Amino acid sequence: MLIRTEDLAKSYGTGAIEVHALCDVTLQIEKGEYVALMGPSGSGKSTLMHLLGCLDTPTSGRYLFNDRDISTLGDTELAHLRNREIGFVFQSFNLLPRLSAQSNVQLPMLYAGVPIRERSTRAAELLEMVGLKDRMAHKPNELSGGETQRVAIARAFANRPSVVLADEPTGNLDSKTGVEIMRLFGSLAEQGNTIILVTHDQAVAGHARRVIRLIDGRIAA
Amino acid sequence: MRIIELVRLSLETFRTHRMRSFLTALGIIIGVMTVIAIVSLIQGMNYEVEKQISSLGSNTVFVQKFSFGMGRLDWDEINKRPNLTMEDALAISQLPTIDKVAPSRSRTVGKITWRGNKVTTVDVSGSTPAMSEVGNYHVETGRFINSDDSLRRHSVCVIGGYIVDNLFPYETPLGKRLVLDGKSYVIVGVLARKGSFLGQSQDNVVIVPITTFEKDFAPVRGFGELQYSVAVAAMPKKGAALENAIDEIRELMRRRHQLGYDKPDDFGISTQDTIRDIYRNITRVAYIVMIAVAAISLLVGGIGIMNIMLVAVAERTREIGLRKALGATNEDVLWQFLLEAVMLSLVGGAVGVALGLGIAKIVEITVHLKAAAPLWTIFLGVGFSAGVGIFFGIYPASRAARLNPIEALRYE
Repeated sequence: MLIRTEDLAKSYGTGAIEVHALCDVTLQIEKGEYVALMGPSGSGKSTLMHLLGCLDTPTSGRYLFNDRDISTLGDTELAHLRNREIGFVFQSFNLLPRLSAQSNVQLPMLYAGVPIRERSTRAAELLEMVGLKDRMAHKPNELSGGETQRVAIARAFANRPSVVLADEPTGNLDSKTGVEIMRLFGSLAEQGNTIILVTHDQAVAGHARRVIRLIDGRIAA
Repeated sequence: MRIIELVRLSLETFRTHRMRSFLTALGIIIGVMTVIAIVSLIQGMNYEVEKQISSLGSNTVFVQKFSFGMGRLDWDEINKRPNLTMEDALAISQLPTIDKVAPSRSRTVGKITWRGNKVTTVDVSGSTPAMSEVGNYHVETGRFINSDDSLRRHSVCVIGGYIVDNLFPYETPLGKRLVLDGKSYVIVGVLARKGSFLGQSQDNVVIVPITTFEKDFAPVRGFGELQYSVAVAAMPKKGAALENAIDEIRELMRRRHQLGYDKPDDFGISTQDTIRDIYRNITRVAYIVMIAVAAISLLVGGIGIMNIMLVAVAERTREIGLRKALGATNEDVLWQFLLEAVMLSLVGGAVGVALGLGIAKIVEITVHLKAAAPLWTIFLGVGFSAGVGIFFGIYPASRAARLNPIEALRYE
């Protein structure tokens, strides 16, 4: 089992003004699954994604990643885990504007200590994989929205992570481009990659093979 | 992450924010430049002054109405001081530890001409043959004044190289007559050159027998009536300790001036060492001022760096969040921003060193001062600027490192 959570909860603030963003979330995701976490805004899906992505630690409950209890890990170990095991795709792309597409894709490998030559060949392969072979030297502001998100997807796969978390990956794209991006995710899932899609959009969630619905911080049956 | 990657990362700022980086580094540049330039100049001055002091003769004792570099000047007290006389000089020469004594009187002659050529503000002194040895004057051609000249009050003189160059560029000065304030002197010798000191020639001198000097020139009144007094240079016997000679001279002079045991000296005794001490005191002040200027400048520069780094951290909050999401550890982020601050100050330091050396070189060429920045100042300049970068960079960098990745990613 790749991901297993037991009664995962996250609350913000203390005492009277305590906000329970997430309650009793128990779920399991196997290697190779293509899952959508769906829910309206405020349902706690972002909080869940942050927890699954090891960007945050739960208030209570357990999170086992590859049978490893995440709640016991420190900042540095979490960073290493994010670096090697988890890829992120954001709604707002989050590429570094000063760097070329290829350098952006290299970033996770930089922190993994991959030698520079290997980094650049692997980045080229990844960009070819997302169909941007001839765009490698371009800066983000020279790319279209769809192309930018493709670069971000290539970056997410840089260190061959166990899972890729995509947070509203089509949210900032027009519908036609959004469909293309979802097609790309589909084919990456076909190749055996584990992908977790976070979205409020029924149509987007429909691309995944399994949908987990969240309402008010709980999993809806 | 490897250090080389971090350095590359931190150097990126210089490319993207050229003007900002330059202005930020300016404080450091100015600070280091000042230190290097001033240290070089002081070193050059030390070298020149040491040369001058050494040329005085290592164990010559100078007895004058005033000592060199008297602390505070009390003109009432000074005006009451008795003049030193030829009799004082004679008495000193008879002390058991003293070998030779050269008394001298001096005046400044405004202008000396020779067939259309002229020299101005010449230092004319009257002295005895012993001055050659005691005052470290060597004769290049001709002879020094001798005891016969002194005894018979001959109107002869020896002249310095500067006067030869300016008055007699194409002929021998020996045998020619010089007119000093209306009195005529035959040139009998030329002194070996002593060179220039801080751009001023030490060879613009004329030496005549002291007896002739006393006959020809009435003492000039004014300014503490310095000119009435004889200056005595005394050389201790070989093997006699300098301290003993000084003690003997002091005791003798106090007796001659009938000073009570509770009265301070009313004359001055100086040696090479006391002159050196005075000079060291002056340069110590210069060093302290320099260190203060440099410290303030580095402080201001450091605050500038801290300020700009805080701006950079705020500006790049999203970038920091992203880097953390992609696997940068807190240390990775810390190092990235710390190295950026250090690079800023280090490059500033290096530029400062280069400019400081440039200034020293320019001064060396224009003032003929042998300015040299010792290697340690360069290391100190660069090392200090790196230290400033670390000291003022650590706070912004640790702030960046502590950012929460989720909040940082949400930051607009």
